[in-house]
Amino acid sequence: MSTADDQSVGMDYLESFPRKFLRVYLPLGLIIFFLLFPFYWMAIATFKPDAEMYDYEKYNPFWIVHPTLEHIKKLFFDTDYPLWMWNTVIVSVSSTFISLFASVCAAYAIERLRYKGSRYVGLAIFLGYLVPPSILFIPLAAIVFQLGLFDGNLALILTYPTFLIPFCTWLLMGYFRTIPYELEECALIDGATRLQILMKITLPLSLPGVISAGIFAFTLSWNEFIYALTFISSSENKTIPVGAITELVNGDVYHWGALMAAALTGSVPVVILYSFFVEYYVSAMTGAVKE
Amino acid sequence: MAVMAEPVVAPARRSSLWSRAFESRHFLGAMFMVPAIAILILFLAYPLALGFWLGMTDTKIGGAGRYIGFQNFVSLSKDSVFWLSVFNTIFYTVAASAVKFAIGLYLALLLNERLPFKSMVRAIVLLPFVVPTVLSAIAFWWIYDSQFSIISWVLIKAGLITRYIDFLGDPWNARWSVVAANIWRGVPFVAITLLAGLQTISPSLYEAANLDGATNMQRFRHITLPMLSPIIAVVMTFSVLMTFTDFQLIYTITRGGPINSTHLMATLSFQRAITGGNLGEGAAISNAMIPFLVAAILLSFFGLQRSRWQQGGRD
Repeated sequence: MSTADDQSVGMDYLESFPRKFLRVYLPLGLIIFFLLFPFYWMAIATFKPDAEMYDYEKYNPFWIVHPTLEHIKKLFFDTDYPLWMWNTVIVSVSSTFISLFASVCAAYAIERLRYKGSRYVGLAIFLGYLVPPSILFIPLAAIVFQLGLFDGNLALILTYPTFLIPFCTWLLMGYFRTIPYELEECALIDGATRLQILMKITLPLSLPGVISAGIFAFTLSWNEFIYALTFISSSENKTIPVGAITELVNGDVYHWGALMAAALTGSVPVVILYSFFVEYYVSAMTGAVKE
Repeated sequence: MAVMAEPVVAPARRSSLWSRAFESRHFLGAMFMVPAIAILILFLAYPLALGFWLGMTDTKIGGAGRYIGFQNFVSLSKDSVFWLSVFNTIFYTVAASAVKFAIGLYLALLLNERLPFKSMVRAIVLLPFVVPTVLSAIAFWWIYDSQFSIISWVLIKAGLITRYIDFLGDPWNARWSVVAANIWRGVPFVAITLLAGLQTISPSLYEAANLDGATNMQRFRHITLPMLSPIIAVVMTFSVLMTFTDFQLIYTITRGGPINSTHLMATLSFQRAITGGNLGEGAAISNAMIPFLVAAILLSFFGLQRSRWQQGGRD
């Protein structure tokens, strides 16, 4: 840690390159190497034929001699993977939209309408975010069963908003707070209704916030595991994470190639989405904490 | 503010009860809350209460249970596997959170330096946090494979070890292995949020300290740490909560094995409730996590109050 405490701001250019290399670039490079290595390993295993995958004597494990699409082909044509992907998309998109709608309304009401008791409701919603899914999944399973939703997408679409709404509401409250009150007051004086103000002033101005809440909600639901594992039983209804680790392992036989292909292709959509909106993502994540 | 250019049309005044209700902030506020509150009550508050109740019953999957009071907790208190899971959970949380904090803070300080391609580096650093945990855990599973582990291979080639390490077959190896995977996943979150905190610290504080002749260590100790402490408290509370209630990593990499040595309370409650069918007992294990979570939240809450008060802030 001793090198970490150098906080020289402004006089940076005085530092020689070799010194800065040792102090900053080298440790940063090492950490980034470790953060990225599992992805490299995942990607390389996806395109490696079985013969090379299980033979470290003849082949260098860090390299692929004869790349193959065999694992991806197996995954897409011999398993229910396309269905898992479809389910994951349906569930993530639907629960994201439900959560965004509910959160925009709630955050606007709490932050802007300031109805009686809104502060306490806001606090209660935030506390909801601190309730972890690993405490809720057992009673939720009982409820899902009673409602006849067991083993269907709807079970997930309706339960995912429980962790998405608190987060999105909290994030949007922060965004709404940054919009000057005067804008709304002017519109009120001009005779606009609250609904018009929300639709024509507040929402357009907080679009970046709504987008980042949407991306967060989407990635969080794409990630979700324990509910999907508990509420879904048939292979064709599973999501990617659950399908991958329950269906690609037959007893003691691990289909490593297909598993890695599933891990890689299941990660790609969120990574693409993330890389398009990375600035929103980072600023939302950091902004939420700065509050 | 281009949006303002569009004039908002004034509605014709109607005096029906309905439209007057819509002019009322309180009524409208309540209406706007309906979707969120309905979902949260039905699928969050009600299940939370139901979970407390289930923990006091002997409910099995597919059958109604009856109230048995604290009997589940009594039998758990004599259950060595349960206590092992409590130990594992605490070990997992403490070890992973401490290292995540140390590396995360270090990484945040490094990222706060003048760097080329700054935003790209930030984007790359955050990747492990974005990719679905289970999918990256599958990669770790393969990295830890007993016969084809790349770590073992490298160490053997380097002449540091002579036999392949049995990462997931030995209790302590397995514990450290899942801790390492958790650290890998959690460091980006800690680093990026602490970086945001670092950027809110005014450079003039450092300049003043420089003029006073403060050393690097002194600046870190007396400016960076105190200014950062509220964010550290928030980030670490989240990190501890997420680690304590983690399920995905363990379920994917070890499923609680070998011989229950990596079972966390969450995975044990899944095993007892869903795989084993004893919903009541599983719920009791879940409920046993709540006191720890409440303690973590209160600790950071009061910690924050104290530091705010020290800095002379309001609240």
